Amino acid sequence: MASIRQNAYPDRLPDWRNLGVIARVLVAVNAMLAASALAAGRDFAEALERFMQGALVVEPLMLACIVSLCLLSGLLARLPYWIGCAAVLSLVLVLAGGAHALVMSSPLTTGAHAWHSLLLAAAATAALLAYFRLLAKAHSPALSEARLQALQARIRPHFLFNSLNAVLAFIRSDPKRAERALEDLAELFRSLMSEARQFVRLEEEITLLERYADLEQLRLGERLRISWELDAAPSDALVPPLLLQPLLENAVYHGVEPTMQTADVLVRIERLGDRVHAHIENPYVEAAQQRAGNRMALDNIRERLMLFFDAEARVETRVHAGRYSVDIELPYRTRMP
Amino acid sequence: MSDRTSAPPLRVFLVDDESPARERLKTLLDDIAPELATVVVGEARNGMEALQAVPTAAAQLVLLDIRMPGMDGLEVARHLASLDPAPAIVFVTAHDRHAVEAFELNALDYLLKPVRAERLVAALRKALAGAAPARDQLARAAHAPREYISVAERNRIVLIPVRDIVFLRAEQKYVTLRTRNAEHLIEEPLIALEREFADTFVRIHRNSLVSRAAIRGFERAAGSAEDDPRWLIVLDGIADRLPVSRRQWPVLRELVAERPA
Repeated sequence: MASIRQNAYPDRLPDWRNLGVIARVLVAVNAMLAASALAAGRDFAEALERFMQGALVVEPLMLACIVSLCLLSGLLARLPYWIGCAAVLSLVLVLAGGAHALVMSSPLTTGAHAWHSLLLAAAATAALLAYFRLLAKAHSPALSEARLQALQARIRPHFLFNSLNAVLAFIRSDPKRAERALEDLAELFRSLMSEARQFVRLEEEITLLERYADLEQLRLGERLRISWELDAAPSDALVPPLLLQPLLENAVYHGVEPTMQTADVLVRIERLGDRVHAHIENPYVEAAQQRAGNRMALDNIRERLMLFFDAEARVETRVHAGRYSVDIELPYRTRMP
Repeated sequence: MSDRTSAPPLRVFLVDDESPARERLKTLLDDIAPELATVVVGEARNGMEALQAVPTAAAQLVLLDIRMPGMDGLEVARHLASLDPAPAIVFVTAHDRHAVEAFELNALDYLLKPVRAERLVAALRKALAGAAPARDQLARAAHAPREYISVAERNRIVLIPVRDIVFLRAEQKYVTLRTRNAEHLIEEPLIALEREFADTFVRIHRNSLVSRAAIRGFERAAGSAEDDPRWLIVLDGIADRLPVSRRQWPVLRELVAERPA
């Protein structure tokens, strides 16, 4: 199994290639610049001028830093945390020194001291690193808690007992089918009870989906019809475990169980460029909306995707033409930083 | 054991939306035959089918799933209770904490899925020994108002959707239930109906409830004094005007005033 096992959460540099991280850097640096301009300026006009002047230097410098950090991201991630921090700081200082030299050689210069610029750059970098460390710390307990929640919210006891009941019904009439169902159930629960893992290969998640679907099929018979569109699914993509099974369970719970008609459920997973798309849709049953539990699974998945991919993952739900659908989009990755 | 040959088999009706679950119950009923003879007189996959089939099947006992598409098992049981004689009911559920609590509290018989043979025998015996569950016993166990009100006619249960009801008026012994195009007599007390359907109906008089959605307006009663008017309520889709009591008038005036135009 090509999964990454990790139970503790040691300090780690942020993933500099992540859009959310980049956005945070951009906002934070500009906020610091604005604050210093406001503090130093006598009135708003002067503050604005100082801000513009500062931006002239700071923005290109920051972009240069971000680009270099993106490029070196893989390397930095392999260093021990504190050495990594030192490396990031040195990189920023080297670039800031270069920027300073460039500014001094231009006629626009206001004659600031080199140590002044370097100190500012070092302070800003240190502040950002501290912020990312705190952010990661704040998320780690949330991460284990989210997993726990996922475990509790995931399989509805109703599903377990009804499945066991269905298996009992088949034991005498179709022993082979009953055997297979028990194997499915065992495998499903093995995944549910496996120790906390951050990522699994998509093919593992798909197997889980199929096991789960087989069990529901046993119980619901022709009332449930699932179409699978998995030809373009990237089996090696890494995804958080139990990303899709709760969504299929929701589809059955809200879209199949409450109706007597045959319910069509569609599961489509595909890779589009460097993104993985998953789409699950089911009939929208108005009367079923009072059934609890839908939000819980969705919120849980949203939360976990946010923790792992920040702004690079999306979860969207919609109701259209009598169908309810959930779309998940996340970066296609086969290795985690 | 002595009754094994003499007593006729117990007439059982099965209601569950999952076909394996019904199969399982049939197998179990076969298994327990030496102890308790039963005959399955019918099966249904949901509440509506059950309400249609149970009266003609002359079932003595219904094994009733709680969670089904459409009407849930508790509401089905409440409609079955209007039959005379009403069948005994044993609820069957996989996992429904609230329902189980309510069953315990109201002394209703139930089984948990997967059902065991011994428990099935015990539950059937117990249900047979006692009376069929009373309406108010079932009403207390229900957590939501019904979607229908039922009237038992000869060998069938007529269901009237609650949203079609324009007014309910207590007569001497019965309550008249009026829809736009029909009138029925039901045996439930007005006070219980008022409590159950507080969101749907409002009391206008000691003897009547009207649908909140059907209120069109008010008319002054002919001959009532100018300085002390009596009011009649105008309802959607029917010609009858019902009197509003002095006591309820302020409540109704406010209700209509609050309503968006």
